[in-house]
Amino acid sequence: MNWEVIGSYLPLFWKAMWLTLQIGWIGIAFATLIGILVAIVRFYKVPVASQIAGVYIELFRNTPLLVQLFFLYFALPKLGIPMRADFTGAMGLALLGGAYMAETFRSGLESVAKIQTESAASLGMNKSQTVWHIIFPQAFARSVPSFVANVIFLLKETSVFSAISLMDLMFTAKDLIGLYYKTTECLVLLVFFYALILIPVSVLGDRLERRVRHAEFGD
Amino acid sequence: MQNLGIDVLFKGSNMMRLLGGLWVSLRISLIAVFFSVILGVPLGILMSRNSRIIRAITRLYLEIVRIMPQMVLLFIVFFGTTRVFGWNLDAEVASVIVFSFWGCAEMSDLVRGALISIPKHQYESAKALGMNSFAVFFFIILPQTIRRLLPLSINLVTRMIKTTSLVMMIGVVEVLKVGQQIIEANRTSSPNAAFGVYGTVFLLYFIGCWPISMLSKYLEKKWKND
Repeated sequence: MNWEVIGSYLPLFWKAMWLTLQIGWIGIAFATLIGILVAIVRFYKVPVASQIAGVYIELFRNTPLLVQLFFLYFALPKLGIPMRADFTGAMGLALLGGAYMAETFRSGLESVAKIQTESAASLGMNKSQTVWHIIFPQAFARSVPSFVANVIFLLKETSVFSAISLMDLMFTAKDLIGLYYKTTECLVLLVFFYALILIPVSVLGDRLERRVRHAEFGD
Repeated sequence: MQNLGIDVLFKGSNMMRLLGGLWVSLRISLIAVFFSVILGVPLGILMSRNSRIIRAITRLYLEIVRIMPQMVLLFIVFFGTTRVFGWNLDAEVASVIVFSFWGCAEMSDLVRGALISIPKHQYESAKALGMNSFAVFFFIILPQTIRRLLPLSINLVTRMIKTTSLVMMIGVVEVLKVGQQIIEANRTSSPNAAFGVYGTVFLLYFIGCWPISMLSKYLEKKWKND
């Protein structure tokens, strides 16, 4: 292990980590958005849209992100749709994540007991009041553990971005190993930087889970 | 635009080569699943016992697997260990090691979760009926555990198949890599082959994983209220 080498590689990995984080967070934000929309469409069984959403969920849950990225990045341009690597990365992550988030939020919505709706109705709440004040808060509170798991899963999945030549952590490590053969140093830095991204997320997620636990009622 | 490269698939033995590539990743995932079950089940049973030392060690193991992307683990085993120990490791063997390491953690956590989800009164009632601890485990706990475990383990198989697509990054020639080769070979005669080939790979994965996840979903629903 050569500390000088590690010192000189540090800025490269630091830059790569920012790229991973930027694309990761944009992807996850859109994934959450897609997930909420699709979950609501599925839960309320909106005709046509619900079926399309179902096909979307099954397609993206049952294929690997790597294959999805290859399809988006290399195949879509053949249809005359130009794709940028960073845009493709965020889009792939958003589409994959959206399918997972949709299932998370849908099962959250389904887990709210029926008696909650009935009680709200008997208290004289109308439908939109029931949805906003009774169902959504509980559904989201119940979705949190699975949501956190999805965020960690998606951040880990960003490691395949190097396949579409985005200069992320994986790409940097592979490149440097190939160029200078400092394998051990690169791998140590790789592990360190992924831990730097994911341990805070994991710890924050645990705390979030504990905080929203009180929001669950009525089984 | 007129040619989307579907025709490339029917040239020569291209389709068979793609399927052969799929079999490579399927083979890796099946072997890894086998080891994950063999090693993960006893580990999960061990974890459900209340031993502090075991809990501390397994917690560390599970956290490592939870935090580290499988790609990083692949790099560590394929590039790292070969460099440090100076041995020669086949990329496919490295993949099997990594995916077994990962799958074993997932499997043991599923087993532990299923075991501790069995309410305590099940043990107590069985004891009260005069069963010994062997009988309690085999006739009361095991059947219930398997019902909770099986859908989740089947789900793990699909995740394993999907994750093995990563092995191309360390040079295993699997379905994506074969696809790349086919596209390269037909670059001049069929410049749009990327669409047909990657579209097909996408569908192949879907056809492979979808029935398995459907089965998992079906079993979960069926056994939910028992």
